[in-house]
Amino acid sequence: MKKRFRLKPKVEQKAVQFLLCLMTSIAVLILIFILAVILKNGLPEISLEFLTKNPAHMGREGGIFSTIVATLYLTVIALLVATPLGVGTAIYLTEYTFEGIVTRIIRFGAECLAGIPSIIFGLFGFILFVNKLKFGWSILSGGLTLAFMVLPTIIRTSEEAIKSVPAAYRLVSYSLGSTRWQTVTRVVLPSASPGIITGVILSLGRSIGETAAVIFTAGSALHLPSSLFSSARTMSVHFYILAREGISMPKAYGTAAVLVIAILLVNIVTYYLMGKYITRSSRE
Amino acid sequence: MAGGNMIARHEGSDRLIKISLLVVAFSAVSVLVIITIFIFEQGLPIMMKYGLKNFLLGQNWFPSEKSFGLLPMIVGSLLVTLGALVIGVPLGLASAIFLTEFSNRRVSRFLKPVIELLAGIPSVVYGFLGLMFLVPFIREKFGGSGLSVLAASIILGIMILPTIISISIDSIRAVPDSYREGSIALGATRWQTVRMVVLPAARSGLVAGIILGMGRAIGETMAVIMVAGNAADIPGSLLAPVRTLTSNIALEMAYASGEHREALFATGVVLFVIIMILNFLANLAARKQYRKK
Repeated sequence: MKKRFRLKPKVEQKAVQFLLCLMTSIAVLILIFILAVILKNGLPEISLEFLTKNPAHMGREGGIFSTIVATLYLTVIALLVATPLGVGTAIYLTEYTFEGIVTRIIRFGAECLAGIPSIIFGLFGFILFVNKLKFGWSILSGGLTLAFMVLPTIIRTSEEAIKSVPAAYRLVSYSLGSTRWQTVTRVVLPSASPGIITGVILSLGRSIGETAAVIFTAGSALHLPSSLFSSARTMSVHFYILAREGISMPKAYGTAAVLVIAILLVNIVTYYLMGKYITRSSRE
Repeated sequence: MAGGNMIARHEGSDRLIKISLLVVAFSAVSVLVIITIFIFEQGLPIMMKYGLKNFLLGQNWFPSEKSFGLLPMIVGSLLVTLGALVIGVPLGLASAIFLTEFSNRRVSRFLKPVIELLAGIPSVVYGFLGLMFLVPFIREKFGGSGLSVLAASIILGIMILPTIISISIDSIRAVPDSYREGSIALGATRWQTVRMVVLPAARSGLVAGIILGMGRAIGETMAVIMVAGNAADIPGSLLAPVRTLTSNIALEMAYASGEHREALFATGVVLFVIIMILNFLANLAARKQYRKK
């Protein structure tokens, strides 16, 4: 056998520890640098005016009010459509059936859907909603496309949440004579709600930041959207256009900062909820 | 009897509920099927018309001259994804190992949420910062325009870091402490324990994290467009510009029509198939590891 050069285990341990520490620092510093740059350049741009005025001159001047409104509309539609579908799927998978070929197909479908890149969702939304159903570039097309995109996330998190509800809860409910549906709606869902909400908020964050799926379905009109069928530009699309076409770097940084702060807030709320959820379920 | 009646009524409504839930539960599957049908319906005819071989192996993408070779974009997508993994996987795994096994508790308690929060930063932001800082840096240090395979790989590598780190941390933490105690009791050092006991035990989770990162890298569009230069040629070096399948779609979709638009859907078909194959292979690998255990 070939003799291999070997360090003494203790020396090796020290070396590895140093190397790992170094690599971790690099990774963390890069990520923090990104956040710092956005906030440092973006925060000075943010003012009440920036948040409440519509963009003017292609975004060179004015604020980002209409893009904030568009982002809200789109995410609300996405969540309104995706949450019932996702939670319903999770309820079916966990409470109404046994593991078998059907659940395997459903899970496989959700998994595959989760792996599809957002640009494909964009293409699909463009053909189905914009062209075939004639919704045009609109809030409705964009919202529905996003709904399909976040559906797997909501299914997965809701399923986990429902699964973690102790079986004893259900048994007690059944022994009191409740039907399955009563048990689900009055015992299981309330108890699983923090976990379900976590998934919904996670999807909210993802829809706020999405660009590729939205730009071909909601379009990029800058005016304030007036109906479900009007085209609109979300914050992330606005930021992309400002940056890529070099329209205004200060405005781009400002928009990016609003976007990042919004998503961080959303994620912090999620994290807080998840923490609460975990401490509660570990106590039980 | 009134009671029996009530139960019968409940049973009836329960069945109705079950059927409606089943319909809802097939929503994800139906969406998947519809997406597949639509993308293939739009993209396949033109691939058949000009020949599958010309599409997949053709090196020239000149839509105005009806030349739709996708090879440069296929190579481009695979290259930047590989590059992203080369950068993201070692850094990500190292961070996960350090934070779970070598750092003190307080540090990892603080850093894990921070890293997870950063996973939410939209990809356009990564692309923008790449354009502002990384591209000029590469231009000055290595020459060329800076818009390159290298820039795209680094940006994607950084972008997938939070995903890889947080999933790896979870799967390393899931390894029971008794494994570590057993190994340490046998006289192994911490690192030997990690290398020979913890990592093999956490393997399927680690692979899953890497797969997810890979999926994110190959599917990413906006960040790549901003830093990759987007020339539709097979890149000759790390400093050459590159166009991926995703950016090919996003760059031209806004103004494409007729056969050109169909060719973009064909690009979508190729991307779709590549991703399904990669997912399948990766899942297979993960499952095999799991079974061996």
